[in-house]
Amino acid sequence: MGMTLAEKIISRKIGREPSPGEIVVLPIDAAMAHDGTAPLMIKSFEEMGAKKVWDRKRAIFVLDHISPSSNEGTSALHKMMRDFAKKHGITLYDVGEGICHQILPEKGYVFPGGVVVGADSHTCTHGAFAAFSTGIGSTDMSAVFASGKLWFKVPESLKVNVTGRFKKNVMSKDAIIYAIGEVGADGATYKAVEFTGGTVKDMTMDSRMTMTNMAIEMGGKTGLVASDSTTKEFLKGRIHVPFIELSGDKEARYSDVLEVDAAELEPQLSCPHQVDNVKPVSEFEGKPVDQVFIGSCTNGRLEDLKIAARVLKGKQVKARTIAMPASREVMLDAIREGIIEELVKAGCAVGVPGCGPCVGGHHGVPSPGEVVVSTTNRNFKGRMGCADADIYLASPLTAAYSALNGKFTVPPEV
Amino acid sequence: MEMLKGKVWKLGDDISTDLIIPGKYKFKTIDFNELAKHAMEGADPTFSSKVSKGDIIVAGKNFGCGSSREQAPVVIKHAGVSAVVAKSFARIFYRNSFNVGLPVVECPEVVDRVKAGDIVEVSLREGRIKAGDKMYSFKPVPAFLMTILQDGGLVDHYKKRGGFVWEKEPK
Repeated sequence: MGMTLAEKIISRKIGREPSPGEIVVLPIDAAMAHDGTAPLMIKSFEEMGAKKVWDRKRAIFVLDHISPSSNEGTSALHKMMRDFAKKHGITLYDVGEGICHQILPEKGYVFPGGVVVGADSHTCTHGAFAAFSTGIGSTDMSAVFASGKLWFKVPESLKVNVTGRFKKNVMSKDAIIYAIGEVGADGATYKAVEFTGGTVKDMTMDSRMTMTNMAIEMGGKTGLVASDSTTKEFLKGRIHVPFIELSGDKEARYSDVLEVDAAELEPQLSCPHQVDNVKPVSEFEGKPVDQVFIGSCTNGRLEDLKIAARVLKGKQVKARTIAMPASREVMLDAIREGIIEELVKAGCAVGVPGCGPCVGGHHGVPSPGEVVVSTTNRNFKGRMGCADADIYLASPLTAAYSALNGKFTVPPEV
Repeated sequence: MEMLKGKVWKLGDDISTDLIIPGKYKFKTIDFNELAKHAMEGADPTFSSKVSKGDIIVAGKNFGCGSSREQAPVVIKHAGVSAVVAKSFARIFYRNSFNVGLPVVECPEVVDRVKAGDIVEVSLREGRIKAGDKMYSFKPVPAFLMTILQDGGLVDHYKKRGGFVWEKEPK
């Protein structure tokens, strides 16, 4: 019998074919914690009495969630992380470097067949590189920092098969929002979500990462895409292990398959206050928008900013718009390509690479009663720091057109 | 730890970690006395002032969905809750709960049969919940997770044993 992509990655680590539901212990190739989770991890690590980090080259800290710090409390937690990193000789990516899920692949920590854990639920993003990558909590992370290993339940896999060509106003974000609406917020709980089909094969890494990033929004343990020439091209010069092509077998057993016809999709929204509350943008056409955010680990990559700049070039936004590159590398590329200049000229507030308004701690907390269109991955009540704001999740294209017009806008099909 | 008895707090489906402890608080401190004041703020603002020691949360599906923040099960435990019973849990929250020593039980059958203020008894080892004169069963917690829970969470587990149970017997 064939193996799913998740099973195949696990089998390479344990030297035999795993079966879903089985508990396995896996060695960890990269372990990351950020300013929302590392402080508790440090506390657990020290309370355990652990003496040293198992492998300082595989342990990573990132300051991205409230970065740069907006208050004394956070600053103290940042300092706690810097002190720990220095003491144990691990790498810390400080303010301005960007979001953990963008930094890890850029810096070569993620590779096909690798096992990555992050103390952040969107760690499933890295499955775009055919790595088994999942979010864990702080104390689980302290166990990884101490031992380099962790237990996992071998997941069943849900296949999301996307075929056909997107309309010109539809992006991979629309496909993943649609899929979450179909599967439900908990439809893939404990499962790996494997994205397959010609449409995924034709996608850039940026677009693939948008899809795997949101696997957790249907409960998924990880989101996975087979590694191919596109993956190889992205990782060239970044990774220090041989590149391999990995994919799920045709005969593999999937718990369920969702077929998505890309050609039939229209621009989608996740409506307040659940990601699986999905409706087409057309139902909201003309509704006023107060704030737009283009950025985050979901849609803060070069492709996303480029699309926003193309829409806004030579024009002025009518809604307050914040744009943030996902990393320093993305920001530099966007500067070189003139994208940042267009966004700034169009009236956007362009910010430091980081999580920005997504997580509600700083950089653009909406006011009660306001309506936000955001390219991020969560619209839970209170997510952006205000329990009485309405957050709609959308593609960068929909977000940019809605910013331009100050109201929900279906992007034109050109 | 094995037999828990408490008053029911009833909550709905999809109680996210943003409702349990909003992100805006967790980035500022790891002082749990401070954080526990905001426990469940998004779901029920009266929770932290009214909860009493030993109370048991009974909730719908997908409890603890959203972020990986371990502060979520910690503030629930710190507020005095002795266990969470739900139709289902999000996986990171489920793992985190054992690691911080908060018993969590998946028992869909009992959820719609109890109301706020009822007294329920949960037996973790036997996999049984008693509500009124009715008995409901659930799949008992795997032995290695029960060990972590009995040790008081993963930190105390490591301190006590000098290693992690799954390194030896991951079943």
